[in-house]
Amino acid sequence: MNSDDTMAEVQRKPWLKPSITPLRSGFLNKSGAARHMIWRDNIDGVPVKKLLEEFKSPLFVISEQTLRKNSDSIREAFRRRYPDVLFGWSYKTNYLGAVCNVLHQEGDLAEVVSVFEYEKARRLGVPGDCILFNGPNKSREILERAVNEGAHIHIDHLDELYLLEDIARSMERVVDVAIRLNFDTGYTEPWSRFGFSVESGQALDAAWRIASSDNLNLVGLHAHIGTFVMEPLAYKAEVKIMCEFMEEVEKKTGCIIKYIDVGGGFASMNSLQGIYLPPEQVIPSIDQYAEAICDTLLQFTHDRESRDCSRPTLILETGRAVVDDAEVLISSVVANKHLPDGRRAVILDAGVNDLFTAFWYNHDVSPSRQLWGRPEETVLYGPLCMNIDVMRHSVMLPPLNVGDTLIFSPVGAYNNTQWLQFIEYRPNIVLIDEEGEVSLIRAAEDLDVVTQQERLPQHLEKPYPKGVPRNFLESTK
Amino acid sequence: MELPEKTDSSDNETFPPLISLQRLAISENGFVFDPVSGHNFTVNETGLVILRMLQKDNQLAPLLDNLMCEYDAPRRELERDVVEFAGLLRDYVGE
Repeated sequence: MNSDDTMAEVQRKPWLKPSITPLRSGFLNKSGAARHMIWRDNIDGVPVKKLLEEFKSPLFVISEQTLRKNSDSIREAFRRRYPDVLFGWSYKTNYLGAVCNVLHQEGDLAEVVSVFEYEKARRLGVPGDCILFNGPNKSREILERAVNEGAHIHIDHLDELYLLEDIARSMERVVDVAIRLNFDTGYTEPWSRFGFSVESGQALDAAWRIASSDNLNLVGLHAHIGTFVMEPLAYKAEVKIMCEFMEEVEKKTGCIIKYIDVGGGFASMNSLQGIYLPPEQVIPSIDQYAEAICDTLLQFTHDRESRDCSRPTLILETGRAVVDDAEVLISSVVANKHLPDGRRAVILDAGVNDLFTAFWYNHDVSPSRQLWGRPEETVLYGPLCMNIDVMRHSVMLPPLNVGDTLIFSPVGAYNNTQWLQFIEYRPNIVLIDEEGEVSLIRAAEDLDVVTQQERLPQHLEKPYPKGVPRNFLESTK
Repeated sequence: MELPEKTDSSDNETFPPLISLQRLAISENGFVFDPVSGHNFTVNETGLVILRMLQKDNQLAPLLDNLMCEYDAPRRELERDVVEFAGLLRDYVGE
């Protein structure tokens, strides 16, 4: 480069995409604060650029440090308030093997709800007696295995109760069981499709039936009052109802309840669509949940020791609150557009097939570099050729260039389990460990992975056995 | 109906007609008012430079030449962004 060229380079200004913003009066800005002042160029000290060079975009990144820190702080919040607490890692929230084993190493049991999740826990090395087996669909085969392996079975309905009794009888065993309860806390929509209703007397009927069995022994009560529950008082009501039922059932049937599993459903620092206040203002802290649960449990069990009856073990099935903010999704800009109504639109390489929770959250979106220029209302679309593929309906962002990257967070809960192989291949997932080392924990899909389970009957092995259709661009005379 | 009078830019449909661009009231900080359509809007720094250039000549090629001299970006990128900008401008500036 000669000196003239150098001079020319120095004098030319950086290019910023030209923009037009219509001025409209009378409209509130529901898009929230502009995101150009906040940017994030690394995850746990590993540069975003380096991550994408090695593992490509889009990319899910999990922080082991955050995962362990969250697990530890939740554990501490409850153990400070109640002497006997256990945690069950909710597999359906995120059942990546690496995530599960981080949490098992922290002491979590496995909370599973299907044959697949049960088998996955066992394959990871979780002993049967460290498994809490929930869910409404447990076949004879998996129940037999669960009984043999000592898993804690939470009965969902009468058919399961009778099936389990039959299995226990045929094995000549007495099986310790729990029943799932449903009831109205007054705060959340009752999940009456799961378990036995307390109000209608179904739960007591089930307890009586177990008490009269030679092969079943009721030792636990389980409930789960909802998901993303933002009112700690709901848990206060839940524990009260469960404790009152425990007293009643022990008194009437003579059983001894050894544990109360209050499920999960704690909210994470995510923004539910339709809630305009930021999560920092509406999401309770873990301490508030812990206080509501533990104080009530202590209050309703304080006289048990005087009756020579120990306090029940408290079990929590934590998921979202542990993992959600431990994972981000990095996605790159594929194209810019302007919609006919004047709004800017950006097409990204990750869509709702990857980020399923985009259907109900307004995820936080941060650029990976400082963005210059005036923020505008922007729609973020995914790459799917489907109208539903919207990652954010409205976010204030300055102009973006093709290749710029955006970081979506928190995304650790219910994405790597509910995501779909739909139109696009699903991307890599990496874990950054506490030393800053990056490991691939789930490889991106390719054609072989996606078609592995398909089978072609012999007569369908060729697409055009009678010859290919004519080239429709050639004129027909 | 009479056809509009032919101007030197009648063959250029990328941008609004020169006469429409020249009547725009543009402030130094990018506030733009079109007295015919009644629309008002703001443009960013680059948009302001482009609008000023367009008020003198609304042809794409010379505009890109001028921008190439001022900005450090490939011509392809400049053209892509200017074409998109022109599309928005057509919506906000009347005939």
